Amino acid sequence: MFAFILQRLIQAIMVMVSVAFIAFLLFQYVGDPVLFMLGQDATQDQIDALRKDLGLDQAFIVQFGHFLWNAVQGEFGISLRQGAKVSQLIADRFPATLELALIAAGLALVLGIPMGVYAALRRGTLSSQLLMTFSLLGVSLPTFLIGILLILFFAVLLGWLPSFGRGDVVKIGWWSTGLLTAKGWQHIVLPALTLTVFQLTLIMRLVRAEMLEVLRTDYIKFARARGLSNRAIHFGHALKNTLVPVMTITGLQLGGLIAFAIITETVFQWPGMGLLFIQAVTFADVPVMAAYLCLIALIFVVINLTVDLLYFAVDPRLRVGKAGGH
Amino acid sequence: MSNPISRWLSSDVGYSFRQSKTAMVAAFIAFVFIFCAVFAKWIAPYDPFDAASLELMDSRLPPAWSAEGSTKYLLGTDDQGRDILSALMYGTRISLVVGMSSVLLSLVVGVSLGLIAGFRGGWLDAFLMRLCDVMLSFPAILVALLIAGVGRALFPNADDSLAFGVLIISISLTGWVQYARTVRGTTLVERNKEYVQAARVTGVAPLRIMLRHVLPNVLGPVTVLATIQVATAIITEATLSFLGVGVPPTSPSLGTLIRIGNDFLFSGEWWITIFPGVTLVLIALSVNLLGDWLRDALNPRLR
Repeated sequence: MFAFILQRLIQAIMVMVSVAFIAFLLFQYVGDPVLFMLGQDATQDQIDALRKDLGLDQAFIVQFGHFLWNAVQGEFGISLRQGAKVSQLIADRFPATLELALIAAGLALVLGIPMGVYAALRRGTLSSQLLMTFSLLGVSLPTFLIGILLILFFAVLLGWLPSFGRGDVVKIGWWSTGLLTAKGWQHIVLPALTLTVFQLTLIMRLVRAEMLEVLRTDYIKFARARGLSNRAIHFGHALKNTLVPVMTITGLQLGGLIAFAIITETVFQWPGMGLLFIQAVTFADVPVMAAYLCLIALIFVVINLTVDLLYFAVDPRLRVGKAGGH
Repeated sequence: MSNPISRWLSSDVGYSFRQSKTAMVAAFIAFVFIFCAVFAKWIAPYDPFDAASLELMDSRLPPAWSAEGSTKYLLGTDDQGRDILSALMYGTRISLVVGMSSVLLSLVVGVSLGLIAGFRGGWLDAFLMRLCDVMLSFPAILVALLIAGVGRALFPNADDSLAFGVLIISISLTGWVQYARTVRGTTLVERNKEYVQAARVTGVAPLRIMLRHVLPNVLGPVTVLATIQVATAIITEATLSFLGVGVPPTSPSLGTLIRIGNDFLFSGEWWITIFPGVTLVLIALSVNLLGDWLRDALNPRLR
């Protein structure tokens, strides 16, 4: 098990270093910061002096070392467009995205698991067929279209819910939260619903497939033979084993949620990291793009690692299998 | 039986096609959209790119069946007086071209890399598969966005054809991974079969073995994958265009039309957004259904 963890850790570090290298290449070859800072009519002497100041005259590998050292400390320089420190910009936007992603993930689990179980237990009935059709639609509808449809119905036609921004936020230290005000909750409903549809359908289909698989196994038959009630078999025995792959997918999808938040945040003008990133892409704001890239990669790597480790905690077969030396 | 269509219909795949109502309906819908896209120039009622024919008086008209609608414009007009129906036909054309060319590009790249990785093995195989793992752990849309962003930063004054090139490359760079993994898996199995060893013994060159002997055996799963990827690529293109980093504004795709329409949603002019949206979903849904059917039809175990 120790060897496994070590191997995963090394892999994670490799991924981070390669992503950092891509971000570094962005800095090196996309746009010239010196020209940007001095303007078009700078003299050669000025350019050389600033190059020396910024360390741009040093060897490639030394510069990469500097970049890595700064990146580890969360320092990515200054946004070309907004003139503020990138680390500050991202720290301002991070809470909005995380709250949105967590609420969406929560919704997907709370709604997706029961719907999947229902579709599996009542297989072939009209209502479970309806659920499956709905899920096919959910997979085929692009995220931004779901957002637009929700805005059209609930904000424009019915006028029930607001459709852009975060509403009122409360500051707790550097963390700004919208979850302590009524306005904040009203504002998060539509974006969270938009973000959750894809995950919800995915989890529902997964739970249904896994549940059908588990219900066919021998230990369920034995449980039935022992005369356990349907309720005990379905929820006490079957559901437990169904949830192992669900846990993996949910973990991996949490990273996906943060990435898909780019689209949702654009549709709803939600002031999160995704909106910051899409503006950076539109204006070729390299420092912001590089920082976002590194942060997303870090989130993904941490989540993947956690899921791998959780497997050991949840699935005893893995531990026994390793100990038995198979 | 000489005619290729009737020959196809009596083949195994053709039989399963005639048996599946879903597949026939999906194929019909896909056919209608492809037909409209290919012949947009001749069947579209107006030319949305011809500025001379636009009349600002006719802007933001609702569809023909509503009270203020005009029978001149069946699905209404947008903010510049463009006929929505014509814009849809031309937009579908651009979406389909971008989607299909990126699928073609990623198919060629992915199949070649998968063949080489599976056939040669060794460090090249290990490297390519690690690369696939890393790429698969990030959502495709994020990778595509990043490449599109870098393309923008590198060529700030890009003309239209370059912008299309960057877009197609950014979509295909996320798609090749699936082909490479599928093809590598099948190649690993085929490589050790007797017919490949026989070919080796008789001195056939490795490249020829790959193309003539192994490739035909991996085409089944690749066809299924390519069909489903067309839908994915079209949606990715639409998403990028909606976010403003897709096709150039001079040639609006379905995503661009939705983006334009989104600005008018609040004034109640839903038709500018909803019609392109419905078109997009219908295309994606019909292509996905065709892909599902093809997967079952080509799977001998299900027959």
